[in-house]
Parts: sequence; C-alpha cells; structure tokens
Amino acid sequence: MTTQLEANKPAGARTRGSKDRSKNRKGAAPTRVTSAANRSDWKLGWLLITPAILGFLVFALYPTLRGIYLSFTDFRVLTPAKWIGLGNYEMLLNDKVFWDSLLTTLYFVFLAVLLGVAISMLTAVILHRVTNSTVIRGLIILPFLISSVVAGVVWSWMLDSQLGIVNLWIESLSGETIRFLSDRAWVIPSLAVITVWKSMGYTTILIFAGLQTIPPQVYEAARTDGANEFQMFRRITLPLLRPITAMVTILTIISAFQVFDIVQVTTKGGPANASNVLQMYIYDKAFGQLDFGYGATMSLALFAMLIVISFTQMRLMRASESDTN
Amino acid sequence: MTSSVTASRLRRTRAKPSVGRGFAWGYLVLILIITIFPFYWMLRTALSNNYGLTTDPISILPVDFTLGPFQRVLGLASVADARAEGGSGATLDLGIYIRNSMIYAGVATFCQVFFATLAAYSFSRLQWKGRDLVFGILFTALMIPAILTLLPNFVLIKELGLTNSFAGLILPGAFFSAFNIFFLRQFFLGLSREIEEAALIDGASKIRVLFQIVVPSASGPIITLAILGFINYWNDYFWPLIIAADPKVQPLTLALAVFKQSSPQVAPDWAGLMAASLLAALPMLILFMVFGKRIVNSLGFTGIR
Repeated sequence: MTTQLEANKPAGARTRGSKDRSKNRKGAAPTRVTSAANRSDWKLGWLLITPAILGFLVFALYPTLRGIYLSFTDFRVLTPAKWIGLGNYEMLLNDKVFWDSLLTTLYFVFLAVLLGVAISMLTAVILHRVTNSTVIRGLIILPFLISSVVAGVVWSWMLDSQLGIVNLWIESLSGETIRFLSDRAWVIPSLAVITVWKSMGYTTILIFAGLQTIPPQVYEAARTDGANEFQMFRRITLPLLRPITAMVTILTIISAFQVFDIVQVTTKGGPANASNVLQMYIYDKAFGQLDFGYGATMSLALFAMLIVISFTQMRLMRASESDTN
Repeated sequence: MTSSVTASRLRRTRAKPSVGRGFAWGYLVLILIITIFPFYWMLRTALSNNYGLTTDPISILPVDFTLGPFQRVLGLASVADARAEGGSGATLDLGIYIRNSMIYAGVATFCQVFFATLAAYSFSRLQWKGRDLVFGILFTALMIPAILTLLPNFVLIKELGLTNSFAGLILPGAFFSAFNIFFLRQFFLGLSREIEEAALIDGASKIRVLFQIVVPSASGPIITLAILGFINYWNDYFWPLIIAADPKVQPLTLALAVFKQSSPQVAPDWAGLMAASLLAALPMLILFMVFGKRIVNSLGFTGIR
C-alpha cells in the first residue's frame, strides 16, 4: 500500500498546487518585499530539513547501496559479509525454485491485475453514472482499510474445505468441494481473488476520481450528435481515462509483484511451493535460512523487473499524455 | 459484457428508470454484498459456539449465540469454559497489542507528518543555497521501493541492537517520507502568503509563522496525511514480522497472525479467530466511521492529477 500511495499522490498534489498558485499571484508584491529577508534563512532552512535528510541518508540511501553491496557477498548476519563477486547471481540463474517462484508470481500478477482492473473499471463507470453517494463509495473501500492479515484469516475461514461457507454453497450446488487454499491448481487463483477483494475499492475510487475530471459537456455534445452509450464509452471514456487507467494498472502490477502478507498468513507458500511467490521466497531465504546475500540479490532482481515493467507500461499506454492535451 | 451493461446504463443518465439502470444497480448491490459479507461472516462466526459451527455451518445467523469467543480471546474466560466451547485455551492479550499498535502507529505517524511539515516549510518558504538540489535528491527516494531497503534496514536495526524495540519498529520511517514532503510542499506553495508576510513584518519569527499560520491553514492536508499514515502503520505486517518477535512490542496485526498460527490445524477455533480478527479490525472500522468521508475523498484526491 505504501508504494501505491506514494507513487500517485504527487499527481494529486499538483492539481491543488497549480489551482491555488494563480490566486497567489495577487499577493506577488508583498512577496517581493520580504524575499530579501528570506535569503538569510539558510540556518533555519537546514535545521528544518535535517531530520528528513538524516532519515533519507540512513534509512533509504544507505540501505539501497548496502543492498547492492550485499548482493555480491555471502552474508549470514552473524558473521561479516564475504565478497563472492557474482556468486549469488550465478546461483540465481541456476535456482529452479527462483524461476518457479517467478512464474508463480507472474501468474498471480496476471490474474490479480486483470480481475482487479476490469472489475474496478466496471464498478467505477457504473458508480459514476448511477450515484454520487459517498456512503456507497465508503463501503466499497472498507476492505482496503483492514490489514491483509485480517483479510487472510477471514478468507481462509470462508474458503475452508470443510466448514467454509463458500465451499458449503458450492457443495449444495455441485455436490463437490474445492480445496481453494490447499490445492495446487486453485491456490493462486484463490489468493488473487482475496487480493482483488481487498484492493478493489481503492482502485475503484482512483478510477472514479479520474472519471470525475471528464467534463460532462463532452458527453452531452456526443449525445447531441447521436452517439449511443457504447460508442461514448469506447470513444470518450476510455481514451480520456487512459492516463488514469495506465497509472492504476502500473500501481496494481507493482503491488501484486510484492504480494506477501496474504500469502504468509494463509498458505505460507504451500502446498508444496505452489504459492511460493517471490517475496515469500526472499523472506524464506533471508529469515528462514539466513542467506541475506542471496535475499538481497533476489530483491534487486525483483526491483529491476518492476522498473522494466513500469517503463514499458508507461510507453505502451502513453501514460504521460491524455488524448485531450 | 462490461460495455453492454455500462452502455445501456449510460443511455438513461438522467432519464426515468430503465432496464439498464436496473442492471447497474443490481451489479452495485452484488459488489456491495461481496464487499460486506466477509465482515458480517466474521461477526456471525465470532458470536457462535465453536462446536455449533460444525453441526450447523451454513446457518446465516450465529449458531448457539454466545459471547464466549470474545471472552476467551480476551482472556476473560477460564480455560475450562474456553475448552467447553471449542477454544484452544490460547488467548490474545488484546490490551497489550492495542497499546503496542497505538504506540507504533501513533508515534510513527506523528513523527512522519511532523518532520515532513518542517521539511516542506523549509522547501517552500525559506531561501537557502542548494535548496532545489536537495529537494531533487530527496525526491528520487520516491523511486526506491520498500523491497530494496527491507533486508538492509533489518540488518542495520539488528546491528544497532534495536530489534524487539519500539525504536527499531519506528525509526526507519519516522524521519523521512518523500511523498509527504512533496505533497505538503505543493500545498504550502499554493497558500497565499499575505498573512505570513504581515506577521513577519510585525516581527514574528519564521518558526512562529510556521506553527501559528501555515500549519493551521494546511490542517486539512496534514490530517489527511496523518489518517492515511496511521492506516498504513496500523495494518503494517512485514516490518513488525521481522523486527518484533517479542510480544511486548508486537503490534496487533502481527499478534493476530501469530494467534492464527498457534491455533490447531485440525478443528481450529474459528469462532475465537474471528472474534480476534474483528477486534483487530475494530479500530480501523471506528476510524472509518468517524473519517469515512474524508478518507474516500482523500484517496480519490491522491489519484488524479
């Protein structure tokens, strides 16, 4: 969630900033008067950003560089790191569990993103057209507010193969039960559905906010010209929403790639590694087997993938420009 | 499917009820049910006798209504009573974990927002050499995902001897949040400076201007950031999982996960688990009831440009 929020808030902030800036221009004269006095602010200026700079250096920059360094070492926490050059990277290339884990993750990302974006888009478009109710939007984001641990516990109860309500309903319809979280074939789709349940409200609200920026006149003009609703959705809503769709898709992909909490609480990567997603494997290597060097290597690999995906996605969907401007 | 439903709905935007509109509402109701049902199911299970659950699992109402699950996870029931209702005897010392979560989420959020406010003021109102360069460098941190810093930060906290302490939990995120700084700086830049200038001419110090004029004018965004930060920290799992093995500092989310793992694999105490989950989610549900509208609007607001 942190990454989601972090990645998209600047965009929101910009609106308000630029809107209010014009108001500010009226007060330009007094600004100029005191700006001379402002120049002597370097002491206070540095004092106020010292905590932020310390935090940045110690807990963001240093660990990033150190992570890169550790990826070239054999490091087990208790003994000092030992430089082994590309050893971890060679191991990565030959580690079948890693590649299986990557495939599992990709499968999960594919399902979670496809389902998540499609359902959120549909819900947002319908919400936008039918009601402006904050209460309904509020209820929809409810799962987003609770922790993944709670979501994981509740869904493992509802999906339980003997007493879970979902299975009892399925049984009464088909006579069979599905071992959602303990069947190799079902575990990833089940985890994807739980993830979509939890995050759908958030993506819906983001898309909804995007829809609100489309001027209603555009639709009115199209209606006057005799466009039907399907044409309007295809020719107006979709193209105008492209930047938001791109952003939401990227955010969903990035957070799906880092899925951990729900997996850790429900399956711990099982049955037999069938839900051993990358983050789970990294956790297991680092904290289960204390192989921090290799853990750092895999973290870097995951980071590299995220960067490549973000950039490709940005290009493909031309996220930086909407068709209006 | 998507487009046909929306299309038929779209046609009658402001017209009388239509088939499309009916479908649209039907869809929304379905989505709402799927969204809300697990919460209801938590409550229904938490008010049931755990043995009753096996005999009548499909009942939509609590089976053999009892407050037992809440009592036993809170440690208020005797072990014998707990066993009689299907409990494992494991309890969740909720008071301590809520306190831990409050300290963790409260202090971390406060520090994060407070230091971001100071930095944002410095970046938006004070003139000093290298300001824009420093801002640019800090801004790149938005690109660093948690995954990259998680393991090295753990190693660092361990080297500092701060595992199993609130300091270890809170420190990494407390001082610096690129997003909060950026967000508040943008907002401060948009605020009219007239009152500030007047106060400065009257001889007020910059610090006073910050706390008595700028912060009150920006209370909306500051509260929004605080709420979002608090939710984030309250629900945080991965970091506490690796840092806080000691129950004395474990936040509630982690305690719940541990509680789940401690319940027996065969015939677990689902009623107790649901009671614990509900209690773990309760603070967020209360926050939601109080600030629901603000949360909805701020989430949307964070997304659009």
